[in-house]
Amino acid sequence: MNTITKIDIITRPNKLEDLKEALNGIGVQGMTVSQVYGCGLQKGHTEVYRGKEYSINLTPKVKVETVVCEVPVEKVLETAEKVLKTGHVGDGKIFVYQIDNAVRIRTGVSGAEAIMDEK
Amino acid sequence: MKKKWSILCMTLLCVLMAAPAALAADGEAAKIDTGDTAWVLISAALVFIMTPGLGFFYGGMVRSKNVLTTIMQSFFIVAMISVEWVILGYAMTFGADINGFIGSLDKIGLAGVGMNVLENGTIPELAFVAFQCMFAVITPALITGAFAERMKFAAFAVFILLWAIFIYNPMAHWVWGGGFLAQLGALDFAGGLVIHILSGVSGLTICLLLGKRHGYGRLPMLPHHLPMTVLGAALLWFGWFGFNAGSALGANALAANAFVASQAAAAAATVAWVVVEWLHNGKPTILGAASGCIAGLVAITPAAGFVAPMPSVLIGLIGGVVCYFAVAVVKAKLGYDDALDAFGVHGIGGTWGAIATGLWATKEVNPAGADGLFYGGNLLTAQLISIVVAYALAIVGSYVLFKIVSAFMKVRADENEEVAGLDIVEHGERGYAQAIMTGSPLLSADAPDMAMQSSVLHESALK
Repeated sequence: MNTITKIDIITRPNKLEDLKEALNGIGVQGMTVSQVYGCGLQKGHTEVYRGKEYSINLTPKVKVETVVCEVPVEKVLETAEKVLKTGHVGDGKIFVYQIDNAVRIRTGVSGAEAIMDEK
Repeated sequence: MKKKWSILCMTLLCVLMAAPAALAADGEAAKIDTGDTAWVLISAALVFIMTPGLGFFYGGMVRSKNVLTTIMQSFFIVAMISVEWVILGYAMTFGADINGFIGSLDKIGLAGVGMNVLENGTIPELAFVAFQCMFAVITPALITGAFAERMKFAAFAVFILLWAIFIYNPMAHWVWGGGFLAQLGALDFAGGLVIHILSGVSGLTICLLLGKRHGYGRLPMLPHHLPMTVLGAALLWFGWFGFNAGSALGANALAANAFVASQAAAAAATVAWVVVEWLHNGKPTILGAASGCIAGLVAITPAAGFVAPMPSVLIGLIGGVVCYFAVAVVKAKLGYDDALDAFGVHGIGGTWGAIATGLWATKEVNPAGADGLFYGGNLLTAQLISIVVAYALAIVGSYVLFKIVSAFMKVRADENEEVAGLDIVEHGERGYAQAIMTGSPLLSADAPDMAMQSSVLHESALK
């Protein structure tokens, strides 16, 4: 049985379209995208309202979650890195997880088949 | 009564600038001037739009969960105080003077006003009633900025109604209705004392009694919609032409002077606030620009019909700087939670304007006025006395009324209500329906039908 792998990519919002295109190009069709806020090495900024200062250290990011089976994980990582790398802090992180199972709700099919394109 | 009325009209100035003043002196019956009447009626409508505009100005500055309650406070005041004004307010303020303290109630419910011409004026008395109504409306609405995001609506409504009756009406009578401050010679063209000091200082009193918002100074409390605030500021600026130039009560040179003075001061204060904030904090902000124009308009309000254009520029410049430091530095140092700076802008700006009137007023602009310090007069003393009186009335009056209201009803939202936001808690609606998607805990726990409603809406949208 093929292993199912989940890949979370957290990166700059302005890179989303490029990333989607590149992932589609290597056969990754399905993904879930969320707008998120986070902090890491990248420092935030301050905002001042009528003299009252707020330090905003959570910066806006997008989180792209995708689950793959047929497409090699290495290829996804390589592609994502190529598209997202600017060399500056704030490029983001990629996390890779093993998935126990998956179910396609419409058909009830489970396992690797649930996430593969229907032929 | 006739004598008191002529004193009133001296303070109101209109008459003495207009030609019909000569007619009145000749003892002929006053006639309605159509130009004057048109201008005062339009001005009343201009001042009307200021209060909903104030709702937007304040509404953009609160967090999104309190936008409706903030706008509602201004909008509801328009309605509630208009009713109060027609029934009681006009009589208390402009009825026959009783010992310089209050108007008699002979005009209760506008009795006897009918189709009369305003005494010693050139407009129908009803036009004056309408114009003054809008002033009575906006004054308490200004206070709401101080206690935003934490006051229960019922307590707010009762407090504001009592405040209008027992604080605004007497003060307006003292200054404009022939009361003791008018007799003292204090000048207040369009409401620096009566409107801005009174509302700003009352706001400060209430915000101290009410306490800070939950998490103040710890949680971020950012303006949720600054474009709305700027729209509100633009409506206020626009309406202010009616407020100040309309206070001439005629379409005449005095109105034009007040118009130019208002624009000059608003513009100068906007520039001043933006530049000072830029130097002090590193960025020129739109919130600063919007706040600056209001500070300048507040400062010029008492002076608009007594000072020349160049002093107006100075009044605006200084007003912008003083108000900026009041809200950005003094408030932070003292730590009170005047949420939207009702005191910092209206209290401080109004105080500066009343003092500035005592400095730069000149009979060259308005023969019915007086000469200020820089023109060799001693108006300043009367101005300072009236400022002290306005502060005292605002502090003592608001304190007493607040204690009375809090004795028989819950004045302040509790912590849970504040966290949920007063839009849902007080009004059962929300300003921005997309918040339904964010999984507010309120939805599942307290308002299941609302979650259901949203899914029904969603389904019908899909069809």
